[in-house]
Amino acid sequence: MKIKITAFGIAKDIVGGKHLELEVSGAELSGVRQELISQFPDFGKLASLKFAVNTNYVDDSCQLNENDEVVLIPPVSGG
Amino acid sequence: MTTSDCYNHLNKEDLLRYNRQIIIPEFGEAGQQKLKESAVLVIGAGGLGAPILQYLTAAGIGRIGIVDFDEVSISNLQRQVLFNTEELGQPKAKTAAEKLQLQNPGVDFEVHNCPINSQNALQLIAAYDLVVDGSDNLATRYLVNDACFFLKKTLVYGAIFRFEGQVSVFNALKADGTRGPNYRDLFPTPPPPEMVPSCSEGGVLGVLPGIIGSMMANEAIKLLVGMGESLSGKLFVFDALDFSTFKLNIEANPDNPISGQHPTIKQLVDYEAFCMGEVKEAPIKEISVQELKARMDSSLVELVDVREDYEYEIANLGGKLIPLNKVISRLSEIPRDKEVVMMCKMGGRSKKAIELLQKEGFENLINLKGGITAWQKEIDPSMTAY
Repeated sequence: MKIKITAFGIAKDIVGGKHLELEVSGAELSGVRQELISQFPDFGKLASLKFAVNTNYVDDSCQLNENDEVVLIPPVSGG
Repeated sequence: MTTSDCYNHLNKEDLLRYNRQIIIPEFGEAGQQKLKESAVLVIGAGGLGAPILQYLTAAGIGRIGIVDFDEVSISNLQRQVLFNTEELGQPKAKTAAEKLQLQNPGVDFEVHNCPINSQNALQLIAAYDLVVDGSDNLATRYLVNDACFFLKKTLVYGAIFRFEGQVSVFNALKADGTRGPNYRDLFPTPPPPEMVPSCSEGGVLGVLPGIIGSMMANEAIKLLVGMGESLSGKLFVFDALDFSTFKLNIEANPDNPISGQHPTIKQLVDYEAFCMGEVKEAPIKEISVQELKARMDSSLVELVDVREDYEYEIANLGGKLIPLNKVISRLSEIPRDKEVVMMCKMGGRSKKAIELLQKEGFENLINLKGGITAWQKEIDPSMTAY
């Protein structure tokens, strides 16, 4: 299944751009997390990051649909 | 709030000075009166602090506290438009208050020329109605979040990085008397420090704090006047590079260590150490298979098995199956209020699981020494070995 990823902050650096399409096998969001960690080992450092799907923060058990947008927003601290 | 503030009604000059907002129907004289009776603490007089302070001052907040221990440096001036070249080396909080006082003589300023920390945060924040956090580091953000939670104060949050900004309102009072989500519902614990670069490490576009800080001032004014809908329960994210925006819904996270179902943080902690990942790791408790057998014979023991499905099918002790790589995403299935024995084949993966879970605040986990293999050898040889 094709999932759209939109990355902010340091996640954008890790996945090499703001937008990315990811092919995942299962429909569970946890699969996206695992796929990101396996393709981009540095993403492991953000392993505890909560993901948003479309416009909602959800748990990793969330079931995804084709073309859902997974949004990665790591904490930023600047002021 | 001082007694004089309470009886400090709008005077003729106020009506003139604030005319352009008073004539907005949603705002009115009542809105202006509320601002005049309000006290706001602004944390950080830097990039975000500059527009926050300038707009809150201009809007006529009664009392504004400014917390900043830093001095104006030349690399600040690209974005901290409240300061100028002649003020290099001057203390920021004091310099800001002096300049803002000229903008609006009707505001009472309180200068806190010190760092905010676990020792002084509760006392500082308690004296204000609303907190606006424009600080520049993660330790202060967790500190201010937790202090506002403990003191039941609403927190306007904003943070910036390169071209991106985030804005939200945390711990806001809801109509039913409960409080809205807080920072830890979004980010329960911090990632490693190298994953959260500051402006000095990662850089920031000068105009960005102007945009995000103005949005924060807007939220503060709305909350104090009681108009519109705040960003409580939402995270607003802005990217100046492609002008994209997101507004994401945040819900209360049951695993939130301060406000979740089983809070583990009940007072302010050492936030520097916490954000550097220096929190001392608790030792891992162990139980032998003989001890576990004795316990299981006399009472119900909560068991969690972190092996894979196929291993579980070969042999198990009836524990709840949560493979190691699912442990963090299935936190809420693991009880926190009674002892839980964690197991795997030999004891290594369950130890790893306990390390991960202890970072999430679990204090009730015990590792089964030798795992199911030891059980098969020493307790139940009829079990399939693998």
